Amino acid sequence: MSRSFRAELIKLVRRPATWLLLAITLVLALIFTYVFPYASIAGGTTGPNTDRTLPMLLPDQLVGNSLGGLPVFLGSIVLILGVLTVGGEYGWGTWKTVLSQGPSRLEVYAGKLLALAAAALAVVLAVFAVGAVASVLIALAEGQPVHWPSVGDLLTGIGAGWLIATMWAMLGAVLAVALRAVALPVGLGLVWMLAVQNLLAAIAAPLLDWVAQVQKGLPGPNAGSLAAALGSPGDTPGVGATVGGGQAALVVAAYLVAFALIGGALLRRRDIG
Amino acid sequence: MNLPVHTEGLTKRYGALTAVDDLHLTVRPGEVYGFLGPNGAGKTTTLRMLLGLVRPTAGTVRLLGRPPGAGRLTGVGALIEGPAFYPYLSGRDNLTVLARYAGVGADRVALVLDLVDLTDRAGDRYAGYSLGMKQRLGVAAALLKDPRLLILDEPTNGLDPAGMADMRTLIRRLGAGGCTVLVSSHLLGEVEQVCDRVGVISRGRLIAEGSVAELRGTAGLRVLADPLDEAAARVRTLVGAERVRVVDGALELAVEPERAAWLNTELVGAGLAVRELRPRERDLEQVFFDLIEKGTADVA
Repeated sequence: MSRSFRAELIKLVRRPATWLLLAITLVLALIFTYVFPYASIAGGTTGPNTDRTLPMLLPDQLVGNSLGGLPVFLGSIVLILGVLTVGGEYGWGTWKTVLSQGPSRLEVYAGKLLALAAAALAVVLAVFAVGAVASVLIALAEGQPVHWPSVGDLLTGIGAGWLIATMWAMLGAVLAVALRAVALPVGLGLVWMLAVQNLLAAIAAPLLDWVAQVQKGLPGPNAGSLAAALGSPGDTPGVGATVGGGQAALVVAAYLVAFALIGGALLRRRDIG
Repeated sequence: MNLPVHTEGLTKRYGALTAVDDLHLTVRPGEVYGFLGPNGAGKTTTLRMLLGLVRPTAGTVRLLGRPPGAGRLTGVGALIEGPAFYPYLSGRDNLTVLARYAGVGADRVALVLDLVDLTDRAGDRYAGYSLGMKQRLGVAAALLKDPRLLILDEPTNGLDPAGMADMRTLIRRLGAGGCTVLVSSHLLGEVEQVCDRVGVISRGRLIAEGSVAELRGTAGLRVLADPLDEAAARVRTLVGAERVRVVDGALELAVEPERAAWLNTELVGAGLAVRELRPRERDLEQVFFDLIEKGTADVA
């Protein structure tokens, strides 16, 4: 499996789309977490979603601010990375090329998942790093003291972010295996994350109690609950304390494992076209 | 003896369609075996089953004596249904990735690139390769593991005449070096020039197997005699009307070439002028079409 992991790392690192997705992730995180709120504060703008105050942008809020995008927007980008990593093999017809070299399907798939997990960690670390720089700059600009979260909080936050990001990457991977493509899994994944989840949370759950109950078992609300438990602002799309942080972490981890196992089982069972 | 390729009753069905039907295929050590058949005959499906890419509906496969399972492709190289690589990587990086999967060193990458004459362009992105270069990179990938069994599916697709000649030379060289080669093709000339034995597949069934010479068989005699009508009538009397055809002003007889002297004597004795009398060798193309048409034949 280490051979497959190393092979996958080459593909992932050398792929321009990987860096493009990372760049988009960081730009989105920077703009929506720091730039727009700070511009609003600095300019004295009022209106919807302008209720963030300066203390919410300072370094001691780094963990919550860094995790806030992962339940929906940044998670969507990681899902796309998962689809590309696995679905690309279908699109280019390279499964046969790889498998003809001798590794088993599960070895290759496990290598992919490990590489995705590593990529998810890199994304989360990059988001934290960009957030740290942005928050320090804001603190310095506003003459505020720079206080950092404790090491324990930082590690917990990074771990939670990695868990959420990896779960979305696994969802992308399993969608790619199930649909044996790239475009359709990306489309369906984004529709789920950006549209269906929000509609369920904003419209259906307040109206129907059973939808509200179902919400407690879905991946998005649990990711949002985990982020909320670690300090993400409640006005961030997808963030909300639907369940407790501990339960949310368990559910997210369970989804991660389930997506990985289902993808592996499908890949093992099906013919390679 | 560990046969490089041995299948028993290999079958693949897709719903009502039987792509491969009860295939018993044996490739012997060190031979170059041609797997011949028209498009859609089941060649690629068979090769995919050999490599474990497609699961057989029934039957068994053994490669180099090994049953399906971990390590079954050790010592096996393959190029299936055209080359497929990562377009954003260079040719060298593509092979480096595959070398990681295969567990072989970087020295093999340089060696196989040289072998297929791609060293100069190895740093270019695969997306910019011509069809012929892609095909050669596919062969390079198949050779990465220094295989004892090489499975090539239509390896000359996309190659120009010089490239096709190079590929034939490479296959012959590999065969001469002790590597067993299973090469599928629908190009008869290609198979004829490089293969020791040939199997013909049609509608998923192996309908003939043997050396090229065995497949051709001894087809008969060709006779030019004057006057043609009288000669035809006489020959029909001698060997039977069903064995005689008039083609392009000549008689084609489905009789053994050893009967040429006897036939000549008879025709000359009947006062006919025999201008030409020689064995008529069936070309492989005619054999192929006859076999496909009949659907069942056992030439071997």
